[in-house]
Amino acid sequence: MDSNGSDTAVLPGHRAPLRRTADNGLKIVVVGGFGVGKTTLVGSVSEIRPLNTEEMMTKAGEDVDDLTGVSGKRSTTVAFDFGRITLDEHSVLYLFGAPGQERFWFLWDRLFSGALGAVVLVDTRRLEESWYAIDRLEQHGLPFVVARNNFAEPGHSLADVRAALDLPDHVPLVDCDARARESSKQVLIELVRHIQSLAEAAAAAESFPEVTE
Amino acid sequence: MPGWDDSPDRLYTVTRGRSRPPEHAFDLVTLIVTEQEPVAGMQSEHARILGLCATPTAVVEIAADLALPVSVVKILLGDLLETSRITARHPRFAPTKARLPDLDTLKQVLHGLQRL
Repeated sequence: MDSNGSDTAVLPGHRAPLRRTADNGLKIVVVGGFGVGKTTLVGSVSEIRPLNTEEMMTKAGEDVDDLTGVSGKRSTTVAFDFGRITLDEHSVLYLFGAPGQERFWFLWDRLFSGALGAVVLVDTRRLEESWYAIDRLEQHGLPFVVARNNFAEPGHSLADVRAALDLPDHVPLVDCDARARESSKQVLIELVRHIQSLAEAAAAAESFPEVTE
Repeated sequence: MPGWDDSPDRLYTVTRGRSRPPEHAFDLVTLIVTEQEPVAGMQSEHARILGLCATPTAVVEIAADLALPVSVVKILLGDLLETSRITARHPRFAPTKARLPDLDTLKQVLHGLQRL
């Protein structure tokens, strides 16, 4: 990415502005290892070309909340991509492509609290890169689905993938082609339907507490 | 991003040494709208934000356009909010941990995606 800091003239006219009525931002996070196709997935459904930005933390992995200290310490940054989808006159869904590696999770709460849910994008050649992300999402209690990005003829069944990931039955696992808009869209729809079923179950448990007791 | 890891001094200059936005909790997807045109003599980053946000613009888009870390942009936005040069449209869905979105919101998202 070309980034010369604030000296560079950025032309916001490059991308379509949001509607004037837009007043409600929503978030979905796409998590995965390097090169698994996060940006490709975001880009295939986004109405803008994916943009890149970053957040800082100190070497110790703490949030930077005192910039006076940054001069002394070595700070490090975590970069992430994002795109957006205008849902209606009020709501805009932002899709974030985020790295799955350990240091990134220090920033999770600060960046992605309030997300509707997450998609874990996996590459069957490097499944182990997804274990950590899946663990963390389960700990966070954020709803998620797992999508296998199929670059080629799959050598494994989804059941094999589920077993290798040690993925519980209640977490949806789907195939996708992150390059194809329709396929990426179906992954997002799968996620929203999954969150819906969780929310419906939670609402039912609330209405009939004696049943669940 | 090149230029950042080694130039904390620039961040210090941009924020004039301040560390965090006072009591304004901007989300990545809080939408910012300019209420007053930039004026002469204004800090250039402030002026650029006001230019960008002529139509609603998310905090994260501002950060990308300015090539500044999100936390730095939030500090700059805090300045502009305090002087009423911008307004902030915060996300309606701000769940606490382990709370699920409401069914109406989900239906809306689903419809929006299906129309893609």
